[in-house]
Amino acid sequence: MNIYVLLKRTFDTEEKINLLNGEINEEGAEFIINPYDEYAVEEAIQVRDDQGGEVTVVSIGCEEAEKQLRTALAMGADKAVLINSEDDVEDGDQYTTAKIIAEYLKDKQADLIITGNVAIDSGSGQVGPRVAEMLGIPAITTITNLEIDGHTVTVVRDVEGDSETIEASLPLLVTAQQGLNEPRYPSLPGIMKAKKKPLEELELDDLELDEEDVEAKTKTIEVFLPPKKEAGKLLSGEINEQVSELVQLLRNEAKVI
Amino acid sequence: MSRKILVLGEARDGALRNVSFEALRAAKVAAGGGEVVGVLIGEAVQPLGSELIQYGADRVVIVEDDQLRQYTPDGFSQALLAVIDQENPNGLIFGHTAMGKDLAPRIASKLSSGLISDATAVEEIDGTLVFTRPIYSGKAFEKKIITDGLVFATVRPNNIEPLARDESRSGEVASLAVEIHTIRTIIKEVVRKASEGVDLSEAKIIVAGGRGVKSKEGFEPLQELAKVLGGAVGASRGACDADYCDYSLQIGQTGKVVTPDLYIACGISGAIQHLAGMSNSKVIVAINKDPEASIFQVADYGIVGDLFEVVPMLIEEFAAVKQ
Ligand SMILES: Cc1cc2nc3c(=O)[nH]c(=O)nc-3n(C[C@H](O)[C@H](O)[C@H](O)COP(=O)(O)OP(=O)(O)OC[C@H]3O[C@@H](n4cnc5c(N)ncnc54)[C@H](O)[C@@H]3O)c2cc1C
Ligand SMILES: Cc1cc2nc3c(=O)[nH]c(=O)nc-3n(C[C@H](O)[C@H](O)[C@H](O)COP(=O)(O)OP(=O)(O)OC[C@H]3O[C@@H](n4cnc5c(N)ncnc54)[C@H](O)[C@@H]3O)c2cc1C
Repeated sequence: MNIYVLLKRTFDTEEKINLLNGEINEEGAEFIINPYDEYAVEEAIQVRDDQGGEVTVVSIGCEEAEKQLRTALAMGADKAVLINSEDDVEDGDQYTTAKIIAEYLKDKQADLIITGNVAIDSGSGQVGPRVAEMLGIPAITTITNLEIDGHTVTVVRDVEGDSETIEASLPLLVTAQQGLNEPRYPSLPGIMKAKKKPLEELELDDLELDEEDVEAKTKTIEVFLPPKKEAGKLLSGEINEQVSELVQLLRNEAKVI
Repeated sequence: MSRKILVLGEARDGALRNVSFEALRAAKVAAGGGEVVGVLIGEAVQPLGSELIQYGADRVVIVEDDQLRQYTPDGFSQALLAVIDQENPNGLIFGHTAMGKDLAPRIASKLSSGLISDATAVEEIDGTLVFTRPIYSGKAFEKKIITDGLVFATVRPNNIEPLARDESRSGEVASLAVEIHTIRTIIKEVVRKASEGVDLSEAKIIVAGGRGVKSKEGFEPLQELAKVLGGAVGASRGACDADYCDYSLQIGQTGKVVTPDLYIACGISGAIQHLAGMSNSKVIVAINKDPEASIFQVADYGIVGDLFEVVPMLIEEFAAVKQ
């Protein structure tokens, strides 16, 4: 089984967000593997252990993403690929990312591609389905269970809390939802081994792509922080008085009921 | 600038979802005086056509087929692409629902177009459409424009005020016959868990419980409060992990993102991952026995106290004022 995982390095959302020159200030911030992509890595490892084959983790971004790729290798992935787009493309969007990934994957004969269902930073959830469409393979989003029997794949898909059991066949792309598995922590031997596992670095040139081929279709013109919330009102007095006051406030001040 | 915009309506249990009306409103803005065309795809959706018109569509195109009874990406893509082919619109707007999230990127990819997902507002500034959307789990926002191709966006439920229903509006509801061929993902079974009562992502009022609720039974007063208010019940991951309720209720970074008018957090500490799913709610009430709990920092109103004492009193008070 030839398994690919798409992994995005993201800003840890536990971080405080502030702006610098109209952009999100990344100075000193922690970066992590997008949490949904951790589920994707874990699932890929489990499928490989069960079915045999190889897990390759792919990320597009800057050089620093090597750290997150090494973590995936330490979890148990076999190979990593970093497509470094930093020097070639200035403004990209989901089309850009999907196009680069699809171009990389098109001759790889992937049986199974696992992505996160959404990245917690820019959060569009577009990249997985876009890549599948470009490769001409089916995609099932937000899955919470995956079983493979020969060429038949049975997945459970989360649909706003309801669940659908769906059958499809390989090759297939799926996007991981919370509940799919419990991602493992890299073990110490895992971390040692990861240092020696292959990590290939590519640029757009290597994929025979020009900047124009991946030109974004959308553009961010402004980033801003939500208005600071005024400190809330802690009510006081006897509990029953507080409750009455709250109901009055919700009716007359906040006007939400 | 005048544009022709298609809006994909979405039905649940035979009725149109609110987000479809919100998408129509966004489409009205995007159309800038141009035509708004509603699209309905399904098995027997014809009767819903006139409702789309009453909420702002100028006319409606219907695609009906046995194979479209349930949403599948292949079936709905084929149907919608046929409509797009016939109508040749300048833009498309869907709800950012499970279906919209799943379908929109595929259509965008097929049409080699951009897509602005999860928009909470749209405005026209000097002839350019500007969409606002939350990023970093709602801790920041960005404004985006389309630079090439179709104006394509999905809108987050509960953020754009729909037009008032106008029953005097009328328009054409026409069918388009589309031959649906291969569907590569076959739905074998659907288990409904979340569908009782009001849909969480569209609810105007949410009563949410955390680990402080302490048990499955502990959720009963919350359910009752939600019922009195006509709202829905949600939960923190803490409560889901402890098996007090189903994961379909989870709100937060890895659960649902909600923006109701009123969010009542009961026995929830206010972890950053929980806030990611609800901090953009219009009014937040926190009930927690720990005055230091971080939920109070985002709350508009807070009561420090035992939820098992406070919630029943709230039920009584609300029931009284609702009379
Ligand atoms: C060359 C380039 C330039 C860019 N320039 C800008 C810019 O100027 N401004 C800006 O705001 N953003 C820029 N981006 C980022 C881009 O806008 C999106 O963040 C990115 O396309 C992913 O979209 P998303 O965050 O919505 O991911 P989603 O679609 O929500 O992600 C879903 C899943 O797709 C996979 N995935 C997503 N991104 C990647 C990735 N990079 N590598 C591997 N897998 C991934 C993961 O599995 C993830 O869980 C650029 C991206 C690229 C590649
Ligand atoms: C990657 C990742 C993703 C996550 N995603 C999510 C997510 O999507 N959603 C989410 O919610 N969490 C998420 N979490 C978990 C999150 O970090 C918290 O652990 C969780 O939100 C805590 O739930 P809680 O507030 O119910 O429980 P606790 O933190 O245990 O808080 C319980 C609260 O109840 C109060 N309390 C107790 N008894 C009473 C009483 N009788 N009356 C009133 N108050 C009482 C206590 O004072 C306390 O503040 C995620 C974590 C990680 C690492």
